[in-house]
Amino acid sequence: MSKVAFLVPLFPLLGFLLNGLGRKSLSKQAIGIIGTGVIFCSFLCSCYLFAEVSAGIGEGQSFNTVVTLFNFISVDAFVIPFAFQIDQLTVLFLLVITGVGTLIHLYSTAYMKEEPAHHFGRYFAYLNLFIFSMLLLVMGANYVIMFIGWEGVGLCSYLLIGYWFKDANFNYAAKKAFIMNRIGDLGFLLAVFWLIFKLGTVNYSNVFAQVNQLSSLDITAITTLLFIGAMGKSAQIPLYTWLPDAMAGPTPVSALIHAATMVTAGIYMIARSNILYTMAPATQTLVAIIGLATAIFAATIALKQHDIKKVLAYSTVSQLGYMFLGLGVGAYTGAVFHVITHAFFKALLFLGAGSVIHAMHHEQDIRKMGNLKKYMPITHITFLLACLAIAGIPPFSGFFSKDEILSAAFSANPLYYYIGVAGALLTAFYMFRLYTLTFLGKFRGTEDQANHLHESSTAIIIPLTILAILSVVGGFIGIPSVFIENAHWLEHFLAPIFASSVQLHEVQHVSHQQEYIMLGVSTFLILLVILYAVHSYKKYNNEQEIASTGLEKIVENKWYVDELYNAVIVNPMHVFAGFCKNTIEKSGIDGLVNGVGKLVAYSSRQLRLVQSGQVASYLLIMIMAMVVFFIIWFNDLTILRFFNKIF
Amino acid sequence: MPIQYYIYFCLTLFSIGIIGVLTRRNAIIVFMCIELMLNAVNLLLVAFSKMHYSFSIAANPATTTGIDGQLFVFFIMVVAAAEVSIGLAIIVMMYRNTHSININFLNRLKN
Amino acid sequence: MIALLLILTPLLAGLLAFFLKQGNAAKNLALVSSVAILALTLVAVYAPGNNVYDTAWLTDLGSRFTLKMDGMGKMLCLLTAISFPLVFAATYKNAYKNPAAFFGLMLLTQSGLMGVFLATDALLFYFFWELALIPVYFLCSIWGGEKRIAVTFKFFVYTFIGSVLMLAGILYVYFHTADHSFAMESFYKVNLSTHQQLYIFWLFFIAFAIKMPIFPFHTWQPDAYEQTNTATTIIMSAVMVKMGLFAIVRWLLPIFPEASAQFANIIIIFCVIGMLYASFIAVRQDDFKRLIAYSSIAHIGLMCAAMFTHNRTALDGVMVQLFNHGINVIGLWVIADLIEQQLGTRKLSELGGLAQKAPAMAILLVLMALANVALPLTNSFIGEFLMFNGLFQYNMYMAAVAGISIILAAVYTLNMVQKIIYGEVNAVTTNAVDLSMNLKLVLVMITVVILVLGVFPQPLIELTKDSAASLFLKK
Repeated sequence: MSKVAFLVPLFPLLGFLLNGLGRKSLSKQAIGIIGTGVIFCSFLCSCYLFAEVSAGIGEGQSFNTVVTLFNFISVDAFVIPFAFQIDQLTVLFLLVITGVGTLIHLYSTAYMKEEPAHHFGRYFAYLNLFIFSMLLLVMGANYVIMFIGWEGVGLCSYLLIGYWFKDANFNYAAKKAFIMNRIGDLGFLLAVFWLIFKLGTVNYSNVFAQVNQLSSLDITAITTLLFIGAMGKSAQIPLYTWLPDAMAGPTPVSALIHAATMVTAGIYMIARSNILYTMAPATQTLVAIIGLATAIFAATIALKQHDIKKVLAYSTVSQLGYMFLGLGVGAYTGAVFHVITHAFFKALLFLGAGSVIHAMHHEQDIRKMGNLKKYMPITHITFLLACLAIAGIPPFSGFFSKDEILSAAFSANPLYYYIGVAGALLTAFYMFRLYTLTFLGKFRGTEDQANHLHESSTAIIIPLTILAILSVVGGFIGIPSVFIENAHWLEHFLAPIFASSVQLHEVQHVSHQQEYIMLGVSTFLILLVILYAVHSYKKYNNEQEIASTGLEKIVENKWYVDELYNAVIVNPMHVFAGFCKNTIEKSGIDGLVNGVGKLVAYSSRQLRLVQSGQVASYLLIMIMAMVVFFIIWFNDLTILRFFNKIF
Repeated sequence: MPIQYYIYFCLTLFSIGIIGVLTRRNAIIVFMCIELMLNAVNLLLVAFSKMHYSFSIAANPATTTGIDGQLFVFFIMVVAAAEVSIGLAIIVMMYRNTHSININFLNRLKN
Repeated sequence: MIALLLILTPLLAGLLAFFLKQGNAAKNLALVSSVAILALTLVAVYAPGNNVYDTAWLTDLGSRFTLKMDGMGKMLCLLTAISFPLVFAATYKNAYKNPAAFFGLMLLTQSGLMGVFLATDALLFYFFWELALIPVYFLCSIWGGEKRIAVTFKFFVYTFIGSVLMLAGILYVYFHTADHSFAMESFYKVNLSTHQQLYIFWLFFIAFAIKMPIFPFHTWQPDAYEQTNTATTIIMSAVMVKMGLFAIVRWLLPIFPEASAQFANIIIIFCVIGMLYASFIAVRQDDFKRLIAYSSIAHIGLMCAAMFTHNRTALDGVMVQLFNHGINVIGLWVIADLIEQQLGTRKLSELGGLAQKAPAMAILLVLMALANVALPLTNSFIGEFLMFNGLFQYNMYMAAVAGISIILAAVYTLNMVQKIIYGEVNAVTTNAVDLSMNLKLVLVMITVVILVLGVFPQPLIELTKDSAASLFLKK
């Protein structure tokens, strides 16, 4: 049965090795076929696993298989097996990762066509490794295997963001991504140590079974530390700044990072540890607040960005915020649901953006685009569908998942809901601003660009089309009960995973009547905002651009967060490091060491003077020494007695 | 004569010797001062020896206790004679080389 | 018997090398004998039975020539045996003045190192400790950079002070053993009051702390590594620093259990400070070799801290890391040497663009760098994970503070990688050529070890398990 489990990560690993080692000898075509083929193979395996898991559920058992490959670390009684856990949550993520991953690989074969062959091979090797790490992350049966994947995706993002390594800025962005992730990883690692300390195990099954042995302080600390890890990986305040910078990488990589892999890791991890979070209400509140704050904060930044990929990047940060809000209010299914739908439409948006960028000859500034719908009809239609999906217009996929999170947020705290809806309105606005500036209005690029505008090739169109279909219908896996009773397939599918959390803390459902009103009003508002956005940017002309002032300028500069981090953390650290190196090390410790040496040299130089060669002075010293010796030898009383006697 | 007189006398002689050695630069005089100190010690040895011997012979006519102090005097005299012969030879050599018997000249030896 | 051979072979080969007229002959002799020793070591490690060699030596003093190969000894002998052929192969093309003496001294060092890891008699241990030090002194002072004399003098004075203190300590313990013997068993059984332990502990500890080195005894190391020829640097940083760590487990902890427990806190605090301090300095370091040196100090600090946690997993982590750190650091030094030889500079700010000029080197450097930051599935992850785990159980705040060094390691390592291989080719790097065959071979072998031990660390853990366990059984 789950014998195929190990094949799922094995295929991408093989692809990585083949492409990495053969990048100089293989033709581009072969590289493309290998790179895409291996991911497709693991997609097929995932489908098989999915079928198995579904069949298992049909028989009415909670399906959960742990496949142990070997003992990774075994010290004394403490054992970390290299094991995979195949259950409902895992197979869902497997499908998304390998499915969307395959499409992105396919897309890349066309997008990266102009690269020289060995770089092409390197690119696909990294891409395969990325998928491999992500698969380890979601398949691992314990926190350490998850951590391997967790760091692995960080590494791959580093390699891929800095793919064009000649550009110093890109390298800087890559480094930033890795280091920010590392900060989060430290939190994750400490949480793992804490678990080992208290429970002596890192296996999910054991940890979740013994969770009652943990004090509430332990649970709160562990979940908070894990969440710090998630902040780094899933780009939440305060560790989000790497994600927009990560746009330095090739566009399909952005699609991969944002849709299928990497950033969803944090969501997966919390959904996996749902029982821990349910038992730590304080952390849950923190998660919800951070998520909500990120959702709004990133959305405001996205309003004023001019780079097509930057807008999408901030939109991802914002959408991830929603997912964390969902996790924070206990709507685990909703969060996972949003991960899936988001994977579809965000991959589509990025790939569409890539198609545009490709056609525009690497122009990314939306102020210099416009009227592309005339030249790129398929890209235009698919992009529009994705925009509608992310804005949350029924019946597109984003509507269902976002609604599920927001209605759960409403029952937890109505304030969450209102802020969440405000964020959704901002989302609708910036997405349609982006859409309008790119595809509507008049073309604002150069003559030369206009002459070369063209629809992209088939390898780009196919993924766009498939993803567009998924973005439209993807929401139907989770139709809320307000429309049709018991039609929420996803909730039933994932029920065993979240069963114990639901037992502890059932999410209160709002009444159907109220939900209808909420849905109606929010949809209406979103439509209004979309119309407003389209209307106000349709006539946009980049010649009448005026320098923004006040709040606009602050938003345009991303609230100066990067500058703040530089001023508060990076620079002081730099100065401190310089102080260590130049002052403490050189003058302090080494000064002390050399000082001892100098002292010895100095004192011997002084002592040398005694050895003057003057016989008389030697004699004087000798006699004085004898006198001293006498005084010490016959202590003073004896001498006094002697003199008393003789005088 | 009480032993104290000998002690005073020897102390004086010895001190003169020390002061001479420390203050004078002339090698011959330094040499003589060293002899003076040695002889001061010799005199003291003899004096004490005589004193102890006279006490012990009063108790036991056959004894030799205390007489051995005088034995040391001969040793010292012999050593001093040997020393003088070598020392004077060095001084003579020094004089031949430098036409001076100033002992400060000896500090050149250290280089 | 085979244990004795491990010491005798390099000793005889080394002496022989001195008398060879031709430099190449000495070089080849060194390479061949080191490979032979590697083969011997493999036999010794995997042969059944315990390898004990025992013969009368200074019987009147109560000292016997006793060699024994326990788990930790096996592992470190293996590290020594692997390092030397790698070093000889990697620096095969470097030219030395007076090569016969150079290779002779190298082999003598190997003999001393083997002896340190095998000796189970305190006097014999001290003897080999010095035997390993003295050839290195000559190696450093004769073949090296401009400031080598001053730097070597500093190194020598440092380590010699340590040695003398240790000798005093050994003698003190010797006079308190029940049977006036230098044997390890008698030392372990020695009955010292807590009060005595508190003083004598430091005599040993300072010697080992200088050797490792840990903050604040570390300043000889960056200078020495910078000025010395690379072959010696590799041996010093891959194997010799392990002597100090090894000696703590072999001698310090079992002889002074109470003092170790009492001073654990302060030593760990110093180690943690040292880790952060060295990491901070590495962040601002522009010299490739010094950067590796400071990075090494940070790693050693963690190992030393983990030893004093008195935690089983941490100790196993240390054992694994002793080996893995040695292997990784060889790779980094080899690349540093290659760059210096080729381009004539070690300044990171002057380098750049080597990914285009030397892609194979770039890939391997990235792999070494990843191992240096302890990325999972590289070998150093295992050790660091276990050590941090132990440290966390000892004191979670210290572990958290020490954890900052993980982040800093990423900062300085990636900085280094970026400045060396990424960016545009400049005037300095435009003449760079890719790895030669021998270097490629060496680096690929190291990489294979890094990855294999990163995925399957269990054999290494099994090898040293008994050493770690015995420390806890003694209580």
